[in-house]
Amino acid sequence: MDFLRPACWSEALEAKANHPDATPVAGGTDVMVELNFDHRRPETLLDLTRIEQLREWSRTERDGVASVRIGAGVPYSRLIDELGTSLPGLAMASRTVGSPQIRNRGTLGGNLASASPAGDGHPPLLASNAEIELESVRGSRTIPIGEFFTGVKRTAMAPDELVAAVHVPVSTGPQQFSKIGTRNAMVIAVCTFAIALWPDRRGVGTGLGSAAPTPRPATEAEAFLAAALTDADQWDDPRPLPDSITERFGELVAHAAAPIDDVRGTAGYRTHALRVLARRTLSWAWDEYRGDTEFSGRQRCA
Amino acid sequence: MSNTHAPAHRPQDLDDAIAGGVGESPLRPDGTLKVRGDFAYSSDLWAENMLWGATLRSPHPSARIRSIDIGPALRAPGVHTVLTAADVPGRNLYGLKDIDQPVLAEDVVRYRGEAVALVAADHPETARRALDLVEVDYEVLEPVVDAELAARDESVPKVHPGGNTVRYQPIVKGDPDATADVVVSGTYTVGMQDQAFLGPESGLAIPAEDGGVDLYLATQDLHSDRKQTAAALDLDPELVRMTMSGVGGAFGGREDLSMQVHVCMLALRTGRPVKIVYDREESFFGHVHRHPARMYYEHGATEDGDLVYVRAQLYFDGGAYASKTPVVVGNGTTLGVGPYDVANVSIQGWGMYTNNPPCGAMRGLGAVQPAFAYESQMDRLAAKLGMDPVELRVRNAISRGDTTPTGQVLDYPAPVAELLRRVRDLPLPEAQHPDTTPDIRDLPGGASNTTHGEGVVRGVGYGVCIKNICYAEGADDFSTARVRLQVVAGEPLAMVHTAAAEVGQGVVTVQQQITRSELGVERVNIHPNDTSVGPAGSSSASRQTYVTGGAVQAACRAVRERLLALTAERYGEPPSELSLAGGKVVSASSGVLADIAEVLGSEVVEETREYHHRETFPLDEQGHSERAQVQHAFSAHRAVVDVDTELGLIKVVQLDCSQDVGKAVNPESVVGQIQGGSAQGLGLAVMEEIQVGEGKIRNPSFTDYLIPTILDMPPMNVDVIERGDPNAPYGVRGVGEPPTISSTPAIVAAIRAATGKELTHVPVGPEHVIG
Repeated sequence: MDFLRPACWSEALEAKANHPDATPVAGGTDVMVELNFDHRRPETLLDLTRIEQLREWSRTERDGVASVRIGAGVPYSRLIDELGTSLPGLAMASRTVGSPQIRNRGTLGGNLASASPAGDGHPPLLASNAEIELESVRGSRTIPIGEFFTGVKRTAMAPDELVAAVHVPVSTGPQQFSKIGTRNAMVIAVCTFAIALWPDRRGVGTGLGSAAPTPRPATEAEAFLAAALTDADQWDDPRPLPDSITERFGELVAHAAAPIDDVRGTAGYRTHALRVLARRTLSWAWDEYRGDTEFSGRQRCA
Repeated sequence: MSNTHAPAHRPQDLDDAIAGGVGESPLRPDGTLKVRGDFAYSSDLWAENMLWGATLRSPHPSARIRSIDIGPALRAPGVHTVLTAADVPGRNLYGLKDIDQPVLAEDVVRYRGEAVALVAADHPETARRALDLVEVDYEVLEPVVDAELAARDESVPKVHPGGNTVRYQPIVKGDPDATADVVVSGTYTVGMQDQAFLGPESGLAIPAEDGGVDLYLATQDLHSDRKQTAAALDLDPELVRMTMSGVGGAFGGREDLSMQVHVCMLALRTGRPVKIVYDREESFFGHVHRHPARMYYEHGATEDGDLVYVRAQLYFDGGAYASKTPVVVGNGTTLGVGPYDVANVSIQGWGMYTNNPPCGAMRGLGAVQPAFAYESQMDRLAAKLGMDPVELRVRNAISRGDTTPTGQVLDYPAPVAELLRRVRDLPLPEAQHPDTTPDIRDLPGGASNTTHGEGVVRGVGYGVCIKNICYAEGADDFSTARVRLQVVAGEPLAMVHTAAAEVGQGVVTVQQQITRSELGVERVNIHPNDTSVGPAGSSSASRQTYVTGGAVQAACRAVRERLLALTAERYGEPPSELSLAGGKVVSASSGVLADIAEVLGSEVVEETREYHHRETFPLDEQGHSERAQVQHAFSAHRAVVDVDTELGLIKVVQLDCSQDVGKAVNPESVVGQIQGGSAQGLGLAVMEEIQVGEGKIRNPSFTDYLIPTILDMPPMNVDVIERGDPNAPYGVRGVGEPPTISSTPAIVAAIRAATGKELTHVPVGPEHVIG
């Protein structure tokens, strides 16, 4: 096995162009597990850990929207520590990833490139309409998160491309993330749900994980809730949501799922749990929006 | 180990007693190394010029082997040898009880994962890749996967020529057809649990010039391994020398052979040291698991809550080979009514062959499964009677002088009622102040943020159990200890040599403590475990402190006798007047006579002793025996559980235990055993299950075989009582297994209390709770 260690980003792109079959490795929390289990035997590994710029994040503006550009090599622990206020949904999802050691090593870019249907980072990115910045020696392009996942562990990336960064709009309203696992920590998702309210544009974002071959938004649920909030003038004058709204929202989220039975849970349970999580996370987000509770589900200590 | 050294002293002083004796909690000699990550485990072994072994395993649960072509593998660069069944030098069969398992499969494979061929190569990856080049032509057969069906239906194909029943055992006491006013019945199932030890199977075999082999390995019982390995290698057992290397947990999973014969065959064939280390996935296929069980129970009682009868049928799935199945059936049936005094009992137990993964020893062997069933039944009965579940248990608790279902009279303390009352009276968790927002990590779902209190209901439940300690049913259960006392660097030093496997439970420390107390010397070294001393038996059945403790005590007393005889000669005092304390020989009449070092001089006093516990006897056809088991241990748990009733997620909030340990030789280790055992029982209650479909394991990894984390295992109140067993050394009672047994039913009872669901299967999953 060849082990390529580019010292900078342009060298990395060169290497990927010359070895399109090379498997990029950053934190190694997916790749090394697959190697250990002998599920993969790549001819070439492309080590990205020497590339400083991948570990940087910055505030940007994209089309007039305040955003954060997160380098592909930023680990979960820094998303939690440094971006919890700007990107609360992503930080909440990051907290549910593995153990502290995994969160120190695992990266958002790696999560995207692996494109597991169970990737914890994906649902909040969907709920935020994030964009993925891909680059190759041919140039750079940015695609919406919704177009990034094309199948189970498959993405829209070309063989010579690497994930450079993720652009995530800064939150303008409450965000929540919930994950079902049969253990209270360190667990692969049975299913996940993310919600983001965008009062500035009167919008609602959602993301479902482990609920279909790819992470996906619950588009109908988003449209229904956004319209219901707008119709009832709830954005400007927030009042308690009628049960009929949260119920219907939960129904539509469950309806968006296309889960399977597997070793972690049944399709029936996943659908049920998504309905419950959708109702609960909406109620937490809405309570926060109404400002009548301080509690946002965040851990009170590290 | 204490490192205190006495300063210059006068032999007449007897002012400081020896620290770290029986009843204290000295530091473990291996503790610091383990905590710092410096401890060498068997997987760390290395030898000059070493090759790596790998094992080809059957992909099918049941198949006939038409042919094996090792040619392509043998021709691969770096491969030194490829071996199959034809290369097994001796008996191609091994087993703990029934010798029924091939070292390498011959004409059939009986489970997915059965060893078929071996490779030795100069690199582990080369060996692994060479496995893919071994061409095995299988005729795939329909696997037998249902143990109960195998027991009932003669037309089920025979997994072994002799039929599918490994052991059938009935137990009858009183009137098997007794009737009662109040009857409850239920069917309960227990999933396949894994020992989930962290150190995978590993060993290093080094061929010796005398034609023998030296094997360095992690195991639970060196001599059992040696006997089976020597037979397979066709070597005199004296030529198969085994040395214990660091053991990364066992819990029963290292009782059967795994790589032992394989790695020795490769070393003897190549003439080079060979190492085998399983990876995590292979480990799931390379060791036995806890028997899954299906159990039918009926309890009859009076309106007042006195048990009248218990009737049960227990089906244990032993998988492809017998392993400890006969013992599981013995324990399951004899302990099948639990720690209760029942006049009329009729229990039948079946241990069956199937093409599922082989099942064998695991902590709580054969007692875990019925405990879930009989404790569930007691709760069901209490509900039907409208009685408090603790009161019902106390009312029926077995006690000293009572007779077990096998006819054995308990001639030692059996404080079951006391344990139940004590655990009930331990403090409950403080109620959360209604104005404070809970930390999500204290709620079901924990760090995953699934509830902020919605749907959460609290429940409390109890469980109590009985477990036999040591080997039973007529096995000659003994251990051997060699103790040497001599002066080193001016101080007396005792060396204790046994084959008792330190698997994490602390038997090394216990041996030091006993020696300090018996010989009055501070410095006690533990010789590495190997086969150059007599057998200690397995580190299982909660037995090592009992039997090896007994052997060390006996050897120390023999050494003491000789030392006192030396003193008597020199000082003219009768040995009966003399004792050892604080590193000195003391006379009852004239006080301190001399330092032990002074008496010893250049003399080396060494004695070897065996300790055999009281004889046990087999069960007859009705399940009767004067003494089927040498000792019983009891523990009681109370669980406080929060359940998210909408999502089915569970958080055990508090788990408390009262346990009688006879004598706490090392109180801190005792508490550690109770905490660890409780955690393992919690795992079985709410998450741990090897999922098997059509004979194949679906979750052979720690990604999907979940064991409790620190967020799952709650704080415990541990209440240890000491009601000494007069028959056991120091009055000890086995500690390790009971807490694994009674914690599971207590947690499930608490989940039932919170949800009202019947919950007849463990582990309880979210779908059971919301279903």
